[in-house]
Amino acid sequence: MTGLNNAEYSTEAMAAVEAVEAVVVRFAGDSGDGMQLTGSQFTRATALAGNDLATLPSFPAEIRAPAGTTFGVSSFQIQFGADAVATPGDAPDVLVAMNPAALRVHLPDVAPAGTLIINTGAFTERNLARAGYERSPLEDGSLDDYQVVAVDITQRTVEAVKGFGLSHADARRCKNLWALGLMYWSYGRDPDATLEWINEKFAEREDLRSANRAALLAGHAYGETAELGPALPRTHVPPAEQAPGRYRTVTGADALTWGLLAGAGKAELPMVFASYPITPASGLMHTLSALNEPGLTTLQAEDEIAAACAAIGASFSGSLGVTASSGPGVALKGEALGLAVSAELPLVVVNCQRGGPSTGLPTKTEQSDLYQALYGRNGDAPLCVLAPATAADCFAMALEAVRLAVRYMTPVLLLADGYLVNAAEPWQIPELSDWEDFPVRFRTDPGDFHPFLRDAATGSRPWVKPGTAGLEHRIGGLEKDFDSGHISYDPDNHQRMTDARTDKIRRVADAIPEQDVAVGGSKGDLAVVSWGSTYGAVNQAVRRSRMKGRDVAHVHLRYLNPFPRNLGRLLEGYDRLLVPEINNGQLVNVLRATFGVNAQGLSQVTGEPFRIAHLENAIKETLEA
Amino acid sequence: MTAATASPKPADFASDQQVRWCPGCGDYAILKGIQKTLAGLGVPQENLVFVSGIGCSSRLPYYLETYGFHTIHGRAPAVATGVKLGNPALDVWVITGDGDGLSIGGNHLMHVLRRNIDMQILLFNNEIYGLTKGQVSPTSKPGTRSPTSPRGAVDKPVMPARFALGAGARFVARAVDTDPKALRCVLERAHAHRGASLVEIYQNCIVYNDQAFADITQRGRAANNTIRLRHGEPMRFGTNGDRGLVLDPASCALRVVEVGGENGVPESELLVHDERNAALAGLLASMQPPELPVALGVIYCDPEDQSGMDTVRSPVQLAAVDRLLNGGHVWRVGEE
Repeated sequence: MTGLNNAEYSTEAMAAVEAVEAVVVRFAGDSGDGMQLTGSQFTRATALAGNDLATLPSFPAEIRAPAGTTFGVSSFQIQFGADAVATPGDAPDVLVAMNPAALRVHLPDVAPAGTLIINTGAFTERNLARAGYERSPLEDGSLDDYQVVAVDITQRTVEAVKGFGLSHADARRCKNLWALGLMYWSYGRDPDATLEWINEKFAEREDLRSANRAALLAGHAYGETAELGPALPRTHVPPAEQAPGRYRTVTGADALTWGLLAGAGKAELPMVFASYPITPASGLMHTLSALNEPGLTTLQAEDEIAAACAAIGASFSGSLGVTASSGPGVALKGEALGLAVSAELPLVVVNCQRGGPSTGLPTKTEQSDLYQALYGRNGDAPLCVLAPATAADCFAMALEAVRLAVRYMTPVLLLADGYLVNAAEPWQIPELSDWEDFPVRFRTDPGDFHPFLRDAATGSRPWVKPGTAGLEHRIGGLEKDFDSGHISYDPDNHQRMTDARTDKIRRVADAIPEQDVAVGGSKGDLAVVSWGSTYGAVNQAVRRSRMKGRDVAHVHLRYLNPFPRNLGRLLEGYDRLLVPEINNGQLVNVLRATFGVNAQGLSQVTGEPFRIAHLENAIKETLEA
Repeated sequence: MTAATASPKPADFASDQQVRWCPGCGDYAILKGIQKTLAGLGVPQENLVFVSGIGCSSRLPYYLETYGFHTIHGRAPAVATGVKLGNPALDVWVITGDGDGLSIGGNHLMHVLRRNIDMQILLFNNEIYGLTKGQVSPTSKPGTRSPTSPRGAVDKPVMPARFALGAGARFVARAVDTDPKALRCVLERAHAHRGASLVEIYQNCIVYNDQAFADITQRGRAANNTIRLRHGEPMRFGTNGDRGLVLDPASCALRVVEVGGENGVPESELLVHDERNAALAGLLASMQPPELPVALGVIYCDPEDQSGMDTVRSPVQLAAVDRLLNGGHVWRVGEE
């Protein structure tokens, strides 16, 4: 069907070529060049080849920035390997640059002596000028330290798709698949899955279907015949050791939506998901809106406040209310979250954090909403804060958020971020039976009912579904009497209720696991304490440091409020703590304030994830200081 | 905590909470009107949910023996939307005011009306901020003196009924706190309408805006300054029914005419109220004294466009989640 011999993709066949443990590839081009699509297809083919992988899509906030400009460059980075791959990689071994702007923006990141695959067809005077080049870097010797594969991808694509009747513009648009085909050849990827995908995507357009297939295969054939030699050797990355089971690639956004649904299923509740479009959280609403599941209702609300309020209303009515947003949207939801705290209703709020303050960096990642999550409401308004560590962990933590929300009748904030929701990784599909069910038992007994009577074990109030006879009651955002739940302005009562709300969240620590040590011992010179999406980079940096004989451990937090009950004791076991964060130092201050520990921050707010080498160096410096 | 009985009484809908509005507040009459209406609806008491925002009117749910949620300023329509989506079997009512519903919460009111989610929205319009001590509101008449407009309000007021029509409401009605019978009629009609119903209720704030509606409530003035709309009937009003409304075709505007007598026009030439006529509703909703009488009753009701929500919500099925996880491109590693 493909015209290619499938046997050449067998492990045996590839073993004959150069084998490496892990490779980092970055595709870069104009925002209209289809780099995200190219990257996601490459990701799928790589996952099917059995490699472990991690990805980093990066794109401008503008939908179609002016062509050829540096600010319009979109890129997709993937690291894949035979061993566990924890990050998208520090420095690309291979950069595919579809135009001068892409080369200019990304060349500084490329590994020493790395490979540059350059589309010379886009290196026109105009494009060079737009990218700020006075002379073509192809001619001035500035690329001498790299392996350069200079090929007119545009022209070769146009030739490959001649005969399918495409306009010149449409023909040129197939060039990303030509580049993808070349990369498939280089890493021995089977193009079949992508060919199938082309068939589905262009099912209605025979001309585009044939042209895109031809472009992909032409790129592949070019690798086969061009004898690129050491510039682009055929490379084999052996498959990773994976536990037997069913696998798929998953992004954080997918995993969050599935985890939320699984949580609602475990709670035996219908789910109402109310949200307002915002980057990078909109993907959750897209995914859920596309589902046809009777237990799920989605609402694109008129604004962020309405989204939170509708979710709260849904929870009041006996469904699971969920809303998702990013920092600026969560700021708008603040008052509503206070209502959910005061009314003591379950609610799950997903914050896909992005660069701030204000509109900030909509498409770049940051962890700077931790303070907002912990403190961003009027009054003393404690709630649960969780943070998934990886794209796959988004599933488990979304499910956990639902469990805690319904058990403790509290809002739970889930701090994901732009990197996590967009990143893809292979995922062993879990068995839902691995998690315990936690069916919600609404109160139905009218005897001795008080809306704010608390459960002795959890400190939470009963959940009553409207429609239940004899339990009619009123709740609201005014302070309530501890016993009756009626409005109360009594001074002692407010003290008591404030204490009760605080105590309830503190008690959540009884229901969550103790803090473990991800790498290293529970005592020592140094622990690196991280949270959220920095898990992979920090973990690798700690492992590499330990291989070099450094006494360092990794403690990664997924529960940020309350902290695991043993965290204080655990942290006391280390002489020093290093807290790397993609913010200006938030968790580090919370740890100092909570435990009085000697913690030192490592801040990075570039809109990009940490690089392993950077963290490794920080560990070295901390230990040598 | 009385469960629904065969014939509940208005008192069954009173909660055990002491009502805390100012003596003489128009809210008392509206509360009574609501309790009487609820007693006659035949809706099981436990299915009633009253959602409110913030302000004097929004305290009302505390005084009703139903499910109630006193939420945050302006957001009651959004919360109520969630209540209805989460549990469509519930009979949802929103209590809001002119500041709550049209200033801080104007956006939510607009959207709940255009979405036509099945609920009754009662907007108590007293043309002033009461609970924050008397500031000018978005419905205050020009010239209203208040702590924030000591030289008189200058902004043009928003008209709730017109706003609702503009937002695409399919049911818009108006009532006055001093006429409990008419209020009950309107509330029953609002309840019978499937979809979002907006009822504007003129309500006198005895402390900060007393007599704001004197034109239309005072004996001797009310008859000439108000018209009670009845579907299919000629639009007559006035002390002895001696006035009527006609449409001036040249200006496309409503005009008051004398009816009967030597110089009056015959009743047959008067406009007949058609509550399904959206264009007419716009004209009626805008009428103001002294040129035109205030329209009371059902201004607009579009029975054709009803909310078609299902009434059952099933829990999310784990089997469906499992299908999601295992759908799409999945591959196997090793032996099963």
